[in-house]
Amino acid sequence: MGKYIFRRLIDLLPTIFVVAIIVFIITRMIPGDPASVMLGPQASVEDVQQLREDLGLNDPLYVQFFQYIGDLVRGDFGISYSYNQPIVELIIERFPNTLVLAISALVIAFMIGVPAGIIAATKQNSILDYGVMLISLIGVSMPIFWLGVMLVLYFSVNLGWFPATGMGSMDEGLGSYLKHLILPSITLATIPMATFARITRSSMLEVISLDYIKTARAKGLREFWVVCKHAFKNALTPLLTVLGMQISMMLGGAVLTETIFSWPGMGRLIVDAIDKRDFVVVQGTVLFIAIIFVLVNLLVDVMYKVVNPRVSYSSSKGGAK
Amino acid sequence: MAIVEKTVAATESKPRELPKEPGLFRKLMRNRLAAMGLLITTVMTLIAVFAPWIAPLSPNEMNVANSLAVPGTEGHLLGTDNYGRDVFSRLVYGARISLIVGVSAVVFGAFFGTLLGLVSGYFGGRLDSIIMRTMDGLFAFPFILLAITLMTVLGQGLLNVIIAIGIANVPGFARIVRGQVLSVKEEEFIEVTESLGATHGRILFHHILPNCLAPLIVYGTMSIAGAIISEAALSFLGLGVQPPTASWGSILKDGKDFLVLSPHMATFSGLAILLTVLGINLFGDGLRDALDPKMKV
Repeated sequence: MGKYIFRRLIDLLPTIFVVAIIVFIITRMIPGDPASVMLGPQASVEDVQQLREDLGLNDPLYVQFFQYIGDLVRGDFGISYSYNQPIVELIIERFPNTLVLAISALVIAFMIGVPAGIIAATKQNSILDYGVMLISLIGVSMPIFWLGVMLVLYFSVNLGWFPATGMGSMDEGLGSYLKHLILPSITLATIPMATFARITRSSMLEVISLDYIKTARAKGLREFWVVCKHAFKNALTPLLTVLGMQISMMLGGAVLTETIFSWPGMGRLIVDAIDKRDFVVVQGTVLFIAIIFVLVNLLVDVMYKVVNPRVSYSSSKGGAK
Repeated sequence: MAIVEKTVAATESKPRELPKEPGLFRKLMRNRLAAMGLLITTVMTLIAVFAPWIAPLSPNEMNVANSLAVPGTEGHLLGTDNYGRDVFSRLVYGARISLIVGVSAVVFGAFFGTLLGLVSGYFGGRLDSIIMRTMDGLFAFPFILLAITLMTVLGQGLLNVIIAIGIANVPGFARIVRGQVLSVKEEEFIEVTESLGATHGRILFHHILPNCLAPLIVYGTMSIAGAIISEAALSFLGLGVQPPTASWGSILKDGKDFLVLSPHMATFSGLAILLTVLGINLFGDGLRDALDPKMKV
């Protein structure tokens, strides 16, 4: 397994390098002088020149590129001019908040989506099945930024059950922290929850018609164990396949969710940086999220191998392509 | 005995016909949810096309004296916004922006993605590695984040929204087409075509591409829903079309600021997005079942 993970890690290096190149190209696409755009029309010529110097924009493009790659290898994502702080420090400050949000959303999605999918599959063509499928179809079509706004309207403004914005603090107690976490987590969990329900249902339907399930039933095993132990275990693989994609969507969705709920995470940092035209922060944080996503996919691949040991390095590599 | 003879005669005179495979449209219509999806999509498209005839007022006509009027106010079916603009008219015109961006961005992504996928899968080797590594790199960005980053650089505007969402769509199409090409190019008929001296271009566009169309159409339809949500998300963040152009996302953004006072702005704009995306997804699901059941999740 260790060898497998090492080889997969080596395999990821070119992808991370390409990601870095893409971010470099995109940030160099800014029309006009990025320093002038960042400082705004009121800035003096001297300030613009100073920022150009600080950002290395006076150097030829290839020098800028090698400087950028060199900095990245050293773990230096640059310095934010609006926060006057290294980007790495900003990331260390904000990323745990996004992680808490994403993990709680993932837990909610899994705890509700998977059992809903199992129930729909075991009660195929019943009202329950149609209900789950209809709700999950609405779920995958949901603009989560609208759902977030509606949750704030009903649960914060009208009912006053949960706070509308902010993250709360552990100093105010766990209850306060969880109260702040619930609405953003539900918002972010909606699409993965619906996707998990759909995938679980369809893969469970495939599995429960197989002979070994009939055998398990014929042996007199309780239906609960047949479904949960025998069928679900084999229906888990397709679920893992979509997990990586869902995590990617959640990292993107965090930008919107954190904006609605003023959650001080990476997404909020990006949106604030866009407002302040701080492209160095945008460049650094976007690159960081892309690298995290690549690593999460590696983790999913490893889990895939744990669940299904027949997966070999070469086949998973081919599959990834 | 006579009956038997008649039956035998009938069997002999008419060759047994296999039951005809129903056409795509009939298959879709048999699927109630797909038919409902098609209906919703058609209605939304008609609203977008005939917006000037459907909207009672100009979407940008302001009447500050009548701002934040509640739904049902005389002359304003869905009320007015903070500038006194008619919300219903803005939603009707917003359908245009959503559908234009949805379709154009997907056409953009499909065009370049298909081209890259065809070349990558067909020629293989180093070219394949370079193209697919680049696509892997683009895929490493969460879709909406890539679109946001591109919009930050490109600046607001309808064309830029199409380009940003279009670029974010390219890797998905490239991967699907490449996968199809890899399997189709091993088919015997391709070998025969090659041996008859067909050029690479002819093989790619006349023989391989038509065999990639089914998954491409299904993926494209689903992608339109994603593109509509992305456009709304960009406008919601203030990165989409320029104000005062009416877009569902920008109406929702304005509505968020007046949520306590006038929740109708946020509510109706979100419902419009949800209904349209749901319609396209229902239709896309049906299309997938009819065209490419192997893709079914």
